[in-house]
Amino acid sequence: MSGWVQLKGVDLRYGAVRALQGVDLAIACGERVALIGANGSGKSTLLRVLHGLLRPSAGSILRDGGLRQAMVFQRPFVLRMSTLSNLALALWLRGVRWGRAKELALAALARVELSDVALRNARTLSGGQLQRLALARAWSLGPHVLLLDEPTASLDPHAKREVEALMADFADAGATLVFASHNLGQVKRLATRVIYMEQGRVLADLPVHAFFNGPLADTSREAELFVKGELG
Amino acid sequence: MNTFQESFARAMQLVADADPLLFSIVGRSLAVSGLACLLGCALGLVLGGWLGVVRFPARGGLVTVLNTFLAVPSVVVGLVVYLLLSRSGPLGFLGWLFSFQAMVFAQVLLVLPVCTALTRQVVEDAEKANGEQLQSLGAGAALRSLLLAFDERYALLTVLLACFGRAISEVGAVMIVGGNIEGFTRVMTTAIALETSKGDLPLALALGFVLLAVVLALNAVIALVTRWRGAHAEGVVLAGAAA
Repeated sequence: MSGWVQLKGVDLRYGAVRALQGVDLAIACGERVALIGANGSGKSTLLRVLHGLLRPSAGSILRDGGLRQAMVFQRPFVLRMSTLSNLALALWLRGVRWGRAKELALAALARVELSDVALRNARTLSGGQLQRLALARAWSLGPHVLLLDEPTASLDPHAKREVEALMADFADAGATLVFASHNLGQVKRLATRVIYMEQGRVLADLPVHAFFNGPLADTSREAELFVKGELG
Repeated sequence: MNTFQESFARAMQLVADADPLLFSIVGRSLAVSGLACLLGCALGLVLGGWLGVVRFPARGGLVTVLNTFLAVPSVVVGLVVYLLLSRSGPLGFLGWLFSFQAMVFAQVLLVLPVCTALTRQVVEDAEKANGEQLQSLGAGAALRSLLLAFDERYALLTVLLACFGRAISEVGAVMIVGGNIEGFTRVMTTAIALETSKGDLPLALALGFVLLAVVLALNAVIALVTRWRGAHAEGVVLAGAAA
């Protein structure tokens, strides 16, 4: 597998807070990577660094600039306009003509079964619908890499399943998937690799089977406690 | 009947009779403040939106200065514009002193910092909350400023109303640069000041009522638009998207 990104000694500070500390990792194309850890462990910051939204204070990032990336946030932002316009706007921002953007947006909405709310104000969509819209927006951009920041947090079980199915579709289509999650069941279902973080550090980086079934105590006592539900 | 009741009754009569003098003053006021608001807000929305999303070293200082200008007395603005437009001033060649244009110019300077500062705050709050998501979609600073201002359009309507209120209710600047010339530069506020000093309270009161009525009407329109938007929760479909 070819590489998508490589981080070496990445540090990121917010004032006195070290949000990331000496992060070294490489992600290959086609991998399904789950970032787990307690709140404030640095998962969201790492996702933002990977997406290029935050610049590290120290360290280096080597990224394959030829690969298209998209990111889905925990609470997707939509403008106070129709669902269709929100989606078409994302395409227009990437240089697609408005007429073509509308066509592609309609197809993307159909894919996530939101065609019936195409002309509805996107602000009136439910949490699950919003997350599906965000995934449709990402899908319509044809990304090689999809980053997701706790995409199913605060969704009901039905909406969670729908969003997970769409994430699996992305991965099956060959996209690299990197997602932060507190849901260990979801991590087992979707990830092939798990990165456990604490206080901005990567404490464990293992294949999913090894992470959940191996003797974690040798790698990280904190990760073992986290998996047992005794931490975070 | 006491003076207030008598003045009130006569004022109502002037309004009911659509007194030509009264309504010529009202029309001029609306024209001056409306045009000043249009120009000042057009510039203020752009500047405020831009300041809301960009970051540069002197930005903090600029925002502080801008916020300070929110409290500038209108007479000071009037004085500055007077000096600019007086025959020996740098803009004296325009020949605008004691004219409609001078009043508009002064009110643009009054409205501009209000619109810029309030727009900056609205857009900056929106940028903090959601800017990175727009950035992740590929929107640069200029587009983010435009999109966030569009998204906060109802909050910005209130900003526009505040600006119009600032313009139409000020007396110091238009008095100094307009000169309160009857039939030429006399507006509601300068007329109220003059008629009160002359003891003609009914006309002053009538103008006061109209001034309040104008602001009330604007408030009502904005409240209705906002309520209508809430009731009809259909999305704005950008040009042609519904087709």
